[in-house]
Amino acid sequence: MSDQHATAPHPLDEAAIGQCVAEALAAFDSAADLEQLKAARLSHTGDKAPVVLANRQIKDLDKGQKKEAGKLLGTARGRIQKALAARAEVLEAEHAARVLVEEAVDVTAAPRRRSVGARHPLNVLQERVADVFTAMGWEIAEGPELESEWFNFDALNFDPDHPAREMQDTFYVEPRDSHLVLRTQTSPVQVRSLLTRQLPVYVLCPGKTFRTDELDATHTPVFHQFEGLAVDKGLTMADLKGTLEHFARAMFGPEVAIRLRPSYFPFTEPSAEMDVWHPQAKGGPQWVEWGGCGMVHPNVLAAAGIKDPEYTGFAFGMGVERTLMFRNGVPDMRDMIEGDIRFSQRFGQEV
Amino acid sequence: MRIPLSWIREYTEFPATGTADELMAELVTVGLEEEDVHATELSGPIVVGQVLEKVPESQSNGKTINWCQVRVVPEGQTQTLTGEGIDPTGVQGVVCGAHNFEVGDKVVVTLPGAVLPGDFRISARKTYGHLSAGMIASVKELGIGEDHTGILVLGTLGLDPEPGTDAMELLGLYDTAAEINVTPDRGYAFSIRGVAREYSHATGTEFTDPVSLVQLPERTTSGYPVELDDDAPIYGTPGCDSFVARTVTGIDATAPTPPWMAARLRLAGMRPISLAVDISNYVMWELGQPLHFYDADKLTGPIRVRRAVTSENGDGEKLTTLDGKERELHPEDLLITDESGPVGIAGVMGGASTEVSESTSTIVIEAAHFDPITVARSKRRHKLPSEASKRFERGVDTQLQAVAAQRAVDLLVQLAGGTDTGESTHVGEPVLPEPIAMDPSLPERITGVPYGLQQITQTLTDIGSEVREQDGALLVTPPSWRPDITIPEALVEEIARLVGYDQIPSRLPVAPAGRGLTAEQRRRRTVSSGLAGAGFTEVLNYPFYSVEANELFGRAEASTPLPLVRLANPIAAQYPTLRTTLLPGLLDAVRRNVSRGFKDLALFETGAVFLPGTQQGSAEIPGLGAYPGDAVIDGLEAGIPEQPLHVAVALAGSEAAPQLGAEGRGRDWADAVEAARSVAELLNVELTVAQGSHQAFHPGRTAQLLINGQLVGYAGQLHPKVVEDHDLPPRTSVMELNLTALLEAAPDQVTAEPISTYPPTTQDVALIVDEAVTAGDLRTALTEGAGELLESIELFDVYSGQGIGEGKKSLAFALLFRAADRTLTAEEASEARTAAVALAAERHSAVQR
Repeated sequence: MSDQHATAPHPLDEAAIGQCVAEALAAFDSAADLEQLKAARLSHTGDKAPVVLANRQIKDLDKGQKKEAGKLLGTARGRIQKALAARAEVLEAEHAARVLVEEAVDVTAAPRRRSVGARHPLNVLQERVADVFTAMGWEIAEGPELESEWFNFDALNFDPDHPAREMQDTFYVEPRDSHLVLRTQTSPVQVRSLLTRQLPVYVLCPGKTFRTDELDATHTPVFHQFEGLAVDKGLTMADLKGTLEHFARAMFGPEVAIRLRPSYFPFTEPSAEMDVWHPQAKGGPQWVEWGGCGMVHPNVLAAAGIKDPEYTGFAFGMGVERTLMFRNGVPDMRDMIEGDIRFSQRFGQEV
Repeated sequence: MRIPLSWIREYTEFPATGTADELMAELVTVGLEEEDVHATELSGPIVVGQVLEKVPESQSNGKTINWCQVRVVPEGQTQTLTGEGIDPTGVQGVVCGAHNFEVGDKVVVTLPGAVLPGDFRISARKTYGHLSAGMIASVKELGIGEDHTGILVLGTLGLDPEPGTDAMELLGLYDTAAEINVTPDRGYAFSIRGVAREYSHATGTEFTDPVSLVQLPERTTSGYPVELDDDAPIYGTPGCDSFVARTVTGIDATAPTPPWMAARLRLAGMRPISLAVDISNYVMWELGQPLHFYDADKLTGPIRVRRAVTSENGDGEKLTTLDGKERELHPEDLLITDESGPVGIAGVMGGASTEVSESTSTIVIEAAHFDPITVARSKRRHKLPSEASKRFERGVDTQLQAVAAQRAVDLLVQLAGGTDTGESTHVGEPVLPEPIAMDPSLPERITGVPYGLQQITQTLTDIGSEVREQDGALLVTPPSWRPDITIPEALVEEIARLVGYDQIPSRLPVAPAGRGLTAEQRRRRTVSSGLAGAGFTEVLNYPFYSVEANELFGRAEASTPLPLVRLANPIAAQYPTLRTTLLPGLLDAVRRNVSRGFKDLALFETGAVFLPGTQQGSAEIPGLGAYPGDAVIDGLEAGIPEQPLHVAVALAGSEAAPQLGAEGRGRDWADAVEAARSVAELLNVELTVAQGSHQAFHPGRTAQLLINGQLVGYAGQLHPKVVEDHDLPPRTSVMELNLTALLEAAPDQVTAEPISTYPPTTQDVALIVDEAVTAGDLRTALTEGAGELLESIELFDVYSGQGIGEGKKSLAFALLFRAADRTLTAEEASEARTAAVALAAERHSAVQR
């Protein structure tokens, strides 16, 4: 092509210049991609392009001719540039579109880039419970897992000689007269809270507890409870019932019902077992035992140095494992403690 | 506690058609929780038969069987039952392998169609050349005894029923028992009497007190001599405050226990043993009063109730109990003694020497009230839980002894052919319950239910209390069978449960404005969800470890002493200590997951570890119901071991398994270090990573983790030997931090830094140092040397070898400089870089490459 245009048209040869423009436009149009367009651009706008060469000859013309030739070639070059730009835009758009097509992937083949983490649902459930109570203005109290026998039993009105003390199979620390136990319940935190906090007290204590049960589908020597305690002027069992109802609805849905049954705990009087109506239970809808509760025994208040008879209190406690089992359909206690990653990962960070 | 329905019907209006489930549904409303239902696994037709013919036939297998004709209808009548294999004539042909019966004997015949325990279905079948249409049954086959050597001949039970009589009815086998769970406060409910009373409370129907049906003789002291001589009462309470002795002569100790009694005892869960034992158990079950029977001929001299004594040379007394074991007695044990010495541990178990046997003809009945604490301690000391001790330690009715003894006398006379001598001894004066003063407004103040005064008085009277009004208060004397009621709140519970817990309204109390989670609680959540977000899966492991696991992972050097908390009663003997580190538990979880096919693992746990100090617990602890004072509480607290929280991770395999377009990157020591840094960053704590050493870790791949120079943990790759010994995946890496220390070091709040919008200037520097100089040390020197213009510093190359020199290495860092208020010039950046290099040169003899 360059040979064909090795010689430039005369700067005033309008027809020849028009021919050059036409050839350039045709070349651009026929360029199928940006590569070909680049070649056409070099041919028709490069140093050796006819119009460029013709343009260089203008300086040799008369002054009057210079103006005419300048106008002639300026128009011609303008048309060429415009056509080039227009074609470039089309081809670039085509190119961009083609690249997107070429880059398309099967998104369903996306690989896992890193391991998936998860919380243990027993801990998440305890946090959920804590949130329900902090939303009511309660605070979260804590105490040691390895506890003085006094906090775990005596302060809670468990007489050393009463059979109630044997209801809970206790892990004792050597030597036995160190009076240290792995707490059998979260209830010692009741006394700790009353000793360290100003009245009124509204606290919830989630935590680990221990009893000498062999691990099986429904028992584990290490488990979790949450314990609630409220001590204020004029609290009654009606307040206990209202609190438990609110709590049960937050955990199991607005339709849930609870019932209280008379029972016995050394640290409450009166005492009750609390059942929750479980419509999805295996074997049909039924009452499921959820936890124990009652009005704080006067001896517990006395052990914490509370003498004002205007203060009454209620307490309740539930098993976290048991709650997770019937709330979330966990079939076997062992799933919760064996550390199989599938168990936690099923839950993610929610419960 | 199991309650045969026929038994409770005697004292209540529980309907004849009522089921065990219906009984339990009523009882649960007053606080007796349902447990189970027990019934015989028999169904008819099972009838009385009379053996008309018994023809022995020798068999080829050496056995002799009897081909019997048994009449199963009254004489002269024909069969009214119908069904396959039932002979309309009323005489069944039955093959029987047993020989302990004669023609004319009355036996139990299970007719075709009957079903025996174990789903054993009876049908007419060909055997030994006959069509045997039914079976002559043994007690074992009927599920009412262990003896399978022969069939049950009804005459041996003293029975002579008409053939065709329903044998299940005769033997009490239609009965069912409800099993309920009795809470430890309600000893009286360990009796038919107590449960019947509760049933009447639950339903508002009539209750007939079995006590009212017993005719009591005058109280005398003419019976077997008894002395109460307790010189060491526990807490001032005499070990025995009521003892009734009755004597019954001329009994036939071999007389059979009547089937109705045996059936009830079996349903109640007690094995019938002999008539005398069965009567004593029967009375205990019915009334709640444990009894003991002595063979009068084996007693020598008066009965004395006293504590065990220790002789001058320190030897204690000994007693061989009914179970044949010789027991060393403790000075706190309350004993029943005669002139020969101890004959029983009061309320726990009798002695073998005075036991009633088949040859006994005179029985001395003991019905006593023993101190609950004395019995509870002896029971625990000798590990002898029994139905008797269960009742005594919960408190037996103090007014029941004479009645229970009389009931036993009556049964011995009626069933064992005995004679009541009319002599009785009754010593001791039990303390009657003290009246409790209760403000009539208390029930409403505790329950929120506005009970009327009439309702309160009536309810308390219903449970057996005496109620008087005095000066506006109610004076309530609880009944003698309710030693658990000692405070007004206990009376409130009685009112609340009898009126019904369903009457309690619901009200949501308003707590004062709270402060939400504490900073520490919030930060713990941050750490856990941060680790989960970083790809770690949370697990929860038991804190029970072997000593070896604690000693390997719980300390950096084997020579450091490691005090451990040791359990007196561990769940498994090989795991007697509490954890001082989370790592062994996590590594167990790693192994378990690997065994289940998961190789790529990133696990984490947060939890307490147990670090005993110098004071281990408290030898003395205060008692019940009183504030022991600040000093005592502080003393208790001082004895409780430190229990800091730790956080730990374990890593194995690859970050993600190799997949399309992604190579699996193997996890290693650096991931463990990164986990530690992540936890610190989540809490805005400055954590220093330094070269360290720990016996469980790879000696060259261990980082010690520090906050302000204080060691707070380790991170790195486990020692290959540990990996091998513990059967872990290669290059398993771990990190453990004292989370409590981190939580304490976390700033209360974060102070923002201004964000400079000026462009950064990057300068690289490569330094040659000795091999021993760590990247961390060099980074610190460069950072300090560069001054405040340095925004960040990254290590991007480590090189050793050609051109560096023996024992040297080259570390290349990218330094990014930026000023808060201007665009830095190249000169300023270079100046800072030069200063950085100068400090590195000064501290570590670093030379620019």
